[in-house]
Amino acid sequence: MRIYTLAVYLFLYIPIGIIVLFSFNAGRHASDFHGFSIKWYGTVLANPFAMEALATSLIVASTTAVLASIFGTMAALALQKVKGRIRAIYDAAIYIAIMIPGIVIGIATLIALVTAFKFLNPVLENFWPGFLGDAPHLNMGYASVIASHTMFTMALVIVIVRARISGMDRALIEASADLYATPWRTFWQVTLPQIFPAILAGFLLSFTFSFDDFIIAFFVAGTETTLPLYVFSSIRRGVTPEINAIGTMVLTVSLTLLITAQFLLRGRGSQSSTQ
Amino acid sequence: MLSADTDAVVSFRNVTKRYGDVTAAAHLDLDVTAGEFLSFLGPSGCGKTTSLRMIAGFDQPSEGEVFLEGQRVNGVPAYRRPVNMVFQHYALFPHLNIEENVAYGLKQRAPKPPSKEIEMRVGEMLELVQLSGFNKRRIWEMSGGQQQRVALARALINKPKVLLLDEPLAALDRKLRREMQIELQNLQRNVGITFVLVTHDQEEALSMSDRVCIMREGKIVQIGSPLDLYDRPINRYVADFVGKSNFFDGAIDRIDTTAVNVKLDCGLMIKANTGPDLESFESGDPVCISVRPEQVILARKEEQLPADCGVKIKARVMNRIFLGEHTEYLLRDEKLGEFLVLSPRQNERSERPFDKDEVVLAAWSRDTALVLSSE
Amino acid sequence: MYGSWANRLLLVPATVWLLVMLVLPLLVVIIFSFGERGTAGGYVPAFTLEQYANLSARFTAFKNTLLLAPTGTFLCLLVAYPLAYFLAVKVHPKWKTLLLVMIIVPFWTSILIRTYAWIFILGGQGLPKVLGFLGIEGVRLINTPTAVLIGIVYAYLPLMVFPVYVSLEKLDKRLLEAASDLGSSPIEAFRNVTLPLSIPGVATGCMLVFILLMGEFLIPALLGGGKVFFIGNALVDLFLQSRNWAYGSAVAATLVIIMLVTVSIYMKLVVRNQQ
Repeated sequence: MRIYTLAVYLFLYIPIGIIVLFSFNAGRHASDFHGFSIKWYGTVLANPFAMEALATSLIVASTTAVLASIFGTMAALALQKVKGRIRAIYDAAIYIAIMIPGIVIGIATLIALVTAFKFLNPVLENFWPGFLGDAPHLNMGYASVIASHTMFTMALVIVIVRARISGMDRALIEASADLYATPWRTFWQVTLPQIFPAILAGFLLSFTFSFDDFIIAFFVAGTETTLPLYVFSSIRRGVTPEINAIGTMVLTVSLTLLITAQFLLRGRGSQSSTQ
Repeated sequence: MLSADTDAVVSFRNVTKRYGDVTAAAHLDLDVTAGEFLSFLGPSGCGKTTSLRMIAGFDQPSEGEVFLEGQRVNGVPAYRRPVNMVFQHYALFPHLNIEENVAYGLKQRAPKPPSKEIEMRVGEMLELVQLSGFNKRRIWEMSGGQQQRVALARALINKPKVLLLDEPLAALDRKLRREMQIELQNLQRNVGITFVLVTHDQEEALSMSDRVCIMREGKIVQIGSPLDLYDRPINRYVADFVGKSNFFDGAIDRIDTTAVNVKLDCGLMIKANTGPDLESFESGDPVCISVRPEQVILARKEEQLPADCGVKIKARVMNRIFLGEHTEYLLRDEKLGEFLVLSPRQNERSERPFDKDEVVLAAWSRDTALVLSSE
Repeated sequence: MYGSWANRLLLVPATVWLLVMLVLPLLVVIIFSFGERGTAGGYVPAFTLEQYANLSARFTAFKNTLLLAPTGTFLCLLVAYPLAYFLAVKVHPKWKTLLLVMIIVPFWTSILIRTYAWIFILGGQGLPKVLGFLGIEGVRLINTPTAVLIGIVYAYLPLMVFPVYVSLEKLDKRLLEAASDLGSSPIEAFRNVTLPLSIPGVATGCMLVFILLMGEFLIPALLGGGKVFFIGNALVDLFLQSRNWAYGSAVAATLVIIMLVTVSIYMKLVVRNQQ
């Protein structure tokens, strides 16, 4: 039983280990390890396409994470008060948003937005007030990726924050009111600090998801290239150790954020519930 | 509009609270006098916590009126009421340290007191609850008893008109609970603030309070001093809830101005003194006789018993529990069934204690047996 | 907390986002699926069932998906169950959190990078070459259904382990003791007590994995080498290469319908039984 468990963990982690290991390989192939080298990292850092893709991914992921955690938290707080059929509709939408495969979101968003833009762009051109300069031309790009990622990750934040709210001791809110704090002050002084770990965890998970997402961006990124899109097209052109180096960097970023998120959701959460 | 007693800090006038179809409290009338220590006592679901929450402002009455110092406070939210509460599990803010928890109430005041003053008063409070020097500690670094004290300090620092305590000792172990009972009582005398406590623990209520309000199914059954409740319970429920008692069911056989004869269901006839409470009774009414375990006298010889016994029987000792000062016996009489006796140690010093299976004489005096409506 | 108008205000961003980025795109897919293909691709409004009638043109993709998705789900279960059992019943509580986090963390890291690792491992320069040294020649792994299945189990294992673990964890160990007290052998106790109680977790895990597998694109694209074609790959082809939106929408809608049927069967079987 123990051996089996160990084997499964090895199965989960060996591929990751191999990527990391071979990112430091001086040779080109998995089968020939030519000694330790960080030259592939140098190659990546000197590659303007990879760096631009990285910048795009960072912008998209951080914007997504900010929007998703703010809107998600707002909705989670508000949904507490919503009951009955309206609540059921919201719950259904949230679970659909989380459960539906990325590919469906990707194509649906693609055709919906392209169609909408086809209709909106002429309208904008005709009615745009001239003193504002040229009319903007709506197109797929940063905004569409961010909007799509935000939809999914916001649903995630709602679920995480809501779990935290329902796990919160209601007596704390009453204690605050008992100590003369108005509802508004109670929110800032008690509720927000209590749910903050969940918001932060939601932020980190949103960032990670957006940073790692390939399939939605594949459809809705237009001419922009995010890092996963760049990696995918590189793989299509052939396996190179350069991808190992990018992969190692991406994994490092995700793992750091994820472990922080786990720590936030478990560590602080259990401390406040033991009292 | 019903008016409130102006001496009372808290007054309930015909207060009823419903949650949907459930009536949690019904037609409560109550005055809490300034400076007293009053307890709501009853089993869970009796409406005691609801009453407390209506004083705090977390719940608003469905009917009737609540007054604080003569002011009607129906509809006034908790944060505008000059009362403070110690919560059952303390509800200390886990993200704040001890000092910040205690200062919380002062910081909500408008205008906010100067920080020097807040600091000073927090210091005083922590000293009062013997937690000086713990200012920067975190909640989870404190023991249950210490958290309890922080909760007290956090409430008392605001000098509330009434301090509400919701089962404050329930989470503590037995020994600590005893200590805190004494401490709470001393604290209440020192600060002179009115305390209203909710508990299901009769010992806690009786040992600390000036008055106890016994509740059952949303209604107040009896309010009185612990001594009153113990010696003059108005019915079987109160007698049973306050202290231990032996109950024997029966019906009134004959009643006159000086004495009442009760015929027990087992056929035994028992004499008891009448009191003002018995005026409403008539012959044939079902009643029960309540006899406290310590009021039963045990003896081996007839001449050791007092002269005016209401009943005198022979019973077998079924069990004996040594309690230190007292010995508790479980006796069994063929007719009366099983009953408890608490015998003081000194009575037994002359002779050896009664043994298991020994047949002894048991008796109680006429004026110790209470005739109660068997409700 | 605040007036109900404030509560509604808090819900505005989430509502707008869910409407514009989830509900609207899904509606567009449904509408387009009844339309016709434009001469230069895209979509021409119409109401026809032609696209649905023509679904068999992509028979291979449907066949592969409906064959490999259940197989992959079953393999996931096979690998995950003993692991979940071990984690729930045998592991010391002190280690549980760490081991669970170690299972879930890879799931949140880039699926692209992790799948790429398997190209590296299963590719000609990887495992087959190692096997070659050991005298086993001519093993081909990459670009085969086996490779795709390995990738699937690797990627979706955490999603199976978790629900099964949760159902086994809830299991009262005293029940097992009671069973053995009543004379059951460990195997009988497992069959009569543990297994029936873990069914809801197994069903949840299978549903989650199956649904996500239905929309899988990356694993067959990278490890199947264009030979193992899933619905997801067909969708990418239809939307990004041949730009046949109407037909693509019909395929996507069919995919969603299959998923909805799965979920409703799950609801019928499991959720109702639990009540």
